[in-house]
Amino acid sequence: MSTFLGMPQGRVPGPAADTAVGQLTGDRPFPAAARDALGNTQLRRNLAHATSTIRAKRAAVVGEVPDWEALREAGSAIKADTMARLPELLEQLEANVTARGGTVHWARDAAEANRIVLDLVRATGENEVVKVKSMATQEIGLNEALEGAGITAHETDLAELIVQLGHDKPSHILVPAIHRGRSEIREIFAREMPGVDPGLTDEPAVLAAAARTHLREVFLRAKVAVSGANFGVAETGTLTVVESEGNGRMCLTLPETLITVMGIEKVVPTWRDLEVFLQLLPRSSTGERMNPYTSSWAGVTPGDGPQEFHLVLLDNGRTRALADDLGRTALHCIRCSACLNVCPVYERTGGHAYGSVYPGPIGAVLTPFLTGITGGSDPNDSLPYASSLCGACYDVCPVKINIPDLLVELRAEHTEAHAARHRLPTSEAAAMKAAAWVMADPKRFARVGRAATRGRHGIRQGKPVLPLPPPLSGWTASRDVPSPPAETFRDWWARTRGDRP
Amino acid sequence: MRIALFVTCLGDVLFPDVARATVAVLERLGHDVVFPEAQTCCGQMHTNTGYQHDAVGLVRHHVDVFEQAMARGCEAVVAPSGSCVGSVRHQHAAVARRSGDEALAVRAEAVAARTFELSELLVDVLGVTDVGAAYPHRVTYHPTCHSLRLLGVGDRPLQLLRAVRGIDLVELPAADSCCGFGGTFSVKNADTSTAMLADKMSAVLATDAEVVTAGDASCLMHIGGGLSRLRTGVRPVHLAEILASTA
Repeated sequence: MSTFLGMPQGRVPGPAADTAVGQLTGDRPFPAAARDALGNTQLRRNLAHATSTIRAKRAAVVGEVPDWEALREAGSAIKADTMARLPELLEQLEANVTARGGTVHWARDAAEANRIVLDLVRATGENEVVKVKSMATQEIGLNEALEGAGITAHETDLAELIVQLGHDKPSHILVPAIHRGRSEIREIFAREMPGVDPGLTDEPAVLAAAARTHLREVFLRAKVAVSGANFGVAETGTLTVVESEGNGRMCLTLPETLITVMGIEKVVPTWRDLEVFLQLLPRSSTGERMNPYTSSWAGVTPGDGPQEFHLVLLDNGRTRALADDLGRTALHCIRCSACLNVCPVYERTGGHAYGSVYPGPIGAVLTPFLTGITGGSDPNDSLPYASSLCGACYDVCPVKINIPDLLVELRAEHTEAHAARHRLPTSEAAAMKAAAWVMADPKRFARVGRAATRGRHGIRQGKPVLPLPPPLSGWTASRDVPSPPAETFRDWWARTRGDRP
Repeated sequence: MRIALFVTCLGDVLFPDVARATVAVLERLGHDVVFPEAQTCCGQMHTNTGYQHDAVGLVRHHVDVFEQAMARGCEAVVAPSGSCVGSVRHQHAAVARRSGDEALAVRAEAVAARTFELSELLVDVLGVTDVGAAYPHRVTYHPTCHSLRLLGVGDRPLQLLRAVRGIDLVELPAADSCCGFGGTFSVKNADTSTAMLADKMSAVLATDAEVVTAGDASCLMHIGGGLSRLRTGVRPVHLAEILASTA
């Protein structure tokens, strides 16, 4: 074992994820990146339509399961148990995969994982691979690493193909091209897909048929496949991929060599645990009772499917998250994306504003837990603030991750990290301290409240006569301010009821 | 019943009409309302913005004040705010624990167990839905996120509103969507907040209501601030004010 996998001692963090390699951070803080997205009317329309459609489908199929809450409890409990004995379960998984003819590799970070996969592909002598949609390989930037070494990676999931052909980035965990409308997809296919019919229309069936024709040739040719994994069963060494299009089944069965990159948190203790997750996942993600394709394999089977199988177990900040009592619960995520679809922030900004491959509410907590909160102006430090704390994410999470609580914790970690590294407080920290000082004493608070009532003379028709400084100007840009009353409640009470016993 | 009013800092300084209406409703129902004058703020803004160290003192102060009120015979604490009650119930003990003060956490839990949002107090504790109000206006109700999801008040506010004489209560489309306030979110992510507000205002306007109501003065300040900026002619009125109205 070449990676840090000792169980965390107290709150000593493991190594943070690599942000120089892969896609775990953007180049701008969330508010700035969101501003661009909010101004893109096509994006807004595509997102509103897509998220509301999936939301309604999810609500319908979840509503018909009488024991849904019990399933969520079970999912949460299995994940908590898994995290509590992760090293043991991973070693069990390694032993069982190895016993069944597979080879297990341990990758500390993105660069190490990319190097392992690259070496494995090179050893086959091939210069192209087919890929099953995988968040882990997006996270580590595997396609770019392969491309840099002259190896072409063909994404075979329809939405990933759209993203890849469009030289774009995924913006959703489940539906990476959610930000694209069908006319945009037609345009991308017409421009980028080799040998496509130039008379292509934007009918969904026509677009799907074009992708099918294009991919079929790739499937039949490829000798190496790279996948992720939804689950890795420690007890049996079985890997499982859940998908809708059958492209995964093609990749997992046709090539001679299969390389699976799996985050270490994807291990589950027993085969039976899949019973819970295979009910929770499809209903939460695509809003289907059951997903069309669930592929499971263990090691290699002579004469059937890939004859060489490699499992790359990826840390990349996960043991760091594991070391934090709350961060650990972010690792429970099964990547269903239900929280994205109900999030009022995600619905309006889309996924690119988050910078990381993990967008939306879960991304706003998972990403900073993986990369670490710096306390500075790092874009990932802005992610925990990209939420109104409305709580819709927690309500739908199939494994009951309390995302609002995690956001609040990360906000505290951000301000505390800043305070620890800087001599001078930010203006916000100073203002908060001043407010806390005023509010700590009822007499001070009463005086300040009284002073505020006099501030009503400084407001004309909802606008302050003297413009407010940032960030308060963010309020007045689109909202009127209320006019303070002539008398605070406590003064009214003292005046009218003060003598009462 | 003797009830302690937790006015909330916003209710005290910016929206005293909401607090006075809360007192009026409870007194009309024959209850004894006490205002512990030492109260200040629950510290939610500090907690939610990342300043839990600063919030601990406010939590301690809040617990001291309302523990004393309960010692003096108050059986319940009420606030006309789902969000502030949410902070008391779901954050106070956690903030105390994070600071290492387990004793405070236990005391905070005891205060939280007796603290109710107005509609919870009326419907669950006092067992009333008809508070004798009359309000002849077209009204739509926005269920604020913390009332809805943190407290789970469900349709209690609607039960109370349906019993109001003369009210023309109209359903708000996409009612459970956040209005975009989120405390300091509204200024830290002002553009996203405004985009959310725009959709909430569209929904309110689609109802052709003259009044939008909610159980939180803060969310109403946000929705109302947008409606007023656009000169829509729709006004925000807190649930307590409707319930206090008899005209």
